[in-house]
Amino acid sequence: MTVTTQTRTEVGAAWNRPRRFRTQPLVIVAYLLLGAGIVIMMFPILWMVLSAFKDAREIFGFNFWPKTWTLENFREVLFDTDFPRWFLNSLIVAVATTTSVLFFCSLVGYTLTRLRFPGRNIVFVLILSTLMIPTEMLVIPWFVMSSEFGWINTYWGIAFPGLIPAFGVFLMRQFFETLPRDLFDAARVDGMNEFGLFWYIGLPLVRPALAALGIFAFIGNWNAFLWPLIISKSAEMRTVPVGVALFSGEAGTAWNLIMATNAMAIIPVLIVFFIFQKQIIEGVVLTGTKG
Amino acid sequence: MQPRLEQPRPRRRLRLTLASREALWAYAFLLIPLAFYLVLRIYPAIQSLWLSLFSWHVDPAQREFQGLGYYRDLLTDSKLHRALLNTLLYTLIIVPVQLILGLVIAQLLNAVTVLRGLFRAIYFAPYVTPAVAVAWVWGWMYSVNFGVFNNMLIEWSIFWEERGITWLTIDPQPFLSSPDQALVSVAVVVIWQQLGFQVIIFLAGLQGIPSMFYEAAKIDGAGGWALFRHITLPLLRPVIAFLVIISTIYALQLFDQVVNINFTDQGGPVSSTLTIALYMYQEAFFSFRFGYAAAVTVLLFVIILVITLIQLRFFSRRLEY
Repeated sequence: MTVTTQTRTEVGAAWNRPRRFRTQPLVIVAYLLLGAGIVIMMFPILWMVLSAFKDAREIFGFNFWPKTWTLENFREVLFDTDFPRWFLNSLIVAVATTTSVLFFCSLVGYTLTRLRFPGRNIVFVLILSTLMIPTEMLVIPWFVMSSEFGWINTYWGIAFPGLIPAFGVFLMRQFFETLPRDLFDAARVDGMNEFGLFWYIGLPLVRPALAALGIFAFIGNWNAFLWPLIISKSAEMRTVPVGVALFSGEAGTAWNLIMATNAMAIIPVLIVFFIFQKQIIEGVVLTGTKG
Repeated sequence: MQPRLEQPRPRRRLRLTLASREALWAYAFLLIPLAFYLVLRIYPAIQSLWLSLFSWHVDPAQREFQGLGYYRDLLTDSKLHRALLNTLLYTLIIVPVQLILGLVIAQLLNAVTVLRGLFRAIYFAPYVTPAVAVAWVWGWMYSVNFGVFNNMLIEWSIFWEERGITWLTIDPQPFLSSPDQALVSVAVVVIWQQLGFQVIIFLAGLQGIPSMFYEAAKIDGAGGWALFRHITLPLLRPVIAFLVIISTIYALQLFDQVVNINFTDQGGPVSSTLTIALYMYQEAFFSFRFGYAAAVTVLLFVIILVITLIQLRFFSRRLEY
């Protein structure tokens, strides 16, 4: 117990420790290069966001900053299109899948490390091998299956492929492996059942991993494109990426509207990212050190 | 009477089978996830393979077994060969460039102290942005007449022309509308978007290298390059292996950016940006040739499997020294 918590806090401390500003020439070069990189990284995103504030005439100009700032594009997208509905759909799908991912991936990860049972390795290899199957290979059978069971154009239909990703199981397994067995044995002797051990002892100890997995699951499902595009048939059942992609037919080349839609589409993801930023890095750091 | 009868039961079960009780819990926990993997991953994969052996018909009763017929068609399908070549080109451009840039930026981020958190967030931001939004903004920036890149080139050229230095002028470029430039233009977008993921993973890997290794080497007189070559690189090998394998799988399945960056002809001029995934999608959902599309995806699976196995072998061999 002490060993693992110690390495964990050490890694966290090294990461967040404020260091003295070193004025070596190499550091100055590093700042210059990073600054140039930031211009390249941020330019398209800023361009997108700023264009959302330009009016229809100004949108084809090449000025970076809008001459006249307008909220008209946002108003039009929010009130004259199905965007609020797409946004709600994406939110429902992303929150539901993220919840499922957190629960099932950690439960399977826990089972594969903390419980001994015949066939444990076979189960793990089976789950890992599904990582290699390309989504494109599954899409056709999923579509056939969905039309047979009436899942087309439903929330379940959009969400089911992302419910228990093998990547998440693998991640959680690595984290549960870092926990000492004695801790669980002590609670087991006290009469706690296996689910209680998982829920009350295992889960709180892997909270950083859960945060990391949560953010990756949310990003993945919020941005999912291929499957939602295939399974959603009516305009009301589109998710944000599908809605935006099919916007061209409905809005022509109304770039200002398209950019306003995009700018609003990234808001929830950015909020989730900034809330969990520290935990993501800590989570990845720990898996990284586990190798 | 009843409580008496019930009580001994759980106690006996506890004593008799502590180990099998644990196994029972395990199977109970795995019941739903295993059903999920078998029904929604393994079974569809096998079904896809099976589907590719039959001539396609909407009514399953009218599908006829034709063995490897579709696979024979793969050999002569020139559009597929183009998609195959493009996909390999994408992978060969994207994976190494991403890896090197990711490592360099991670090293730079490690060198700076002030504003480190903000820099980290900015380099991660494109990864968070939906691929669809990214493709649209870039598609627009690449636009021949309305794009910001060509506008920059024009202003740059005017600036130098006015000063009489004509050899510095650059003509506006066709970017996505030229068969020669389209693929590279799309690859740039993919690299730009995926870079943040690589940076974060590399940062994590660099954090995991104990600083005493560097200190010891410095005492021995090792310089910056020697430290990087003999400490950083060997110790990062598992991280590099992970990133190479993951980003190769991603590049081989490239779809989102390619399908969204062209508004009218998806796959670019003369199929110059077409990938296997996009071709499969078009065959299945536009031409409704599901059987043939299934054969294409089986081919993609085999390619990914072979490449991943080669990479795994390469990296595990390099690790044993």
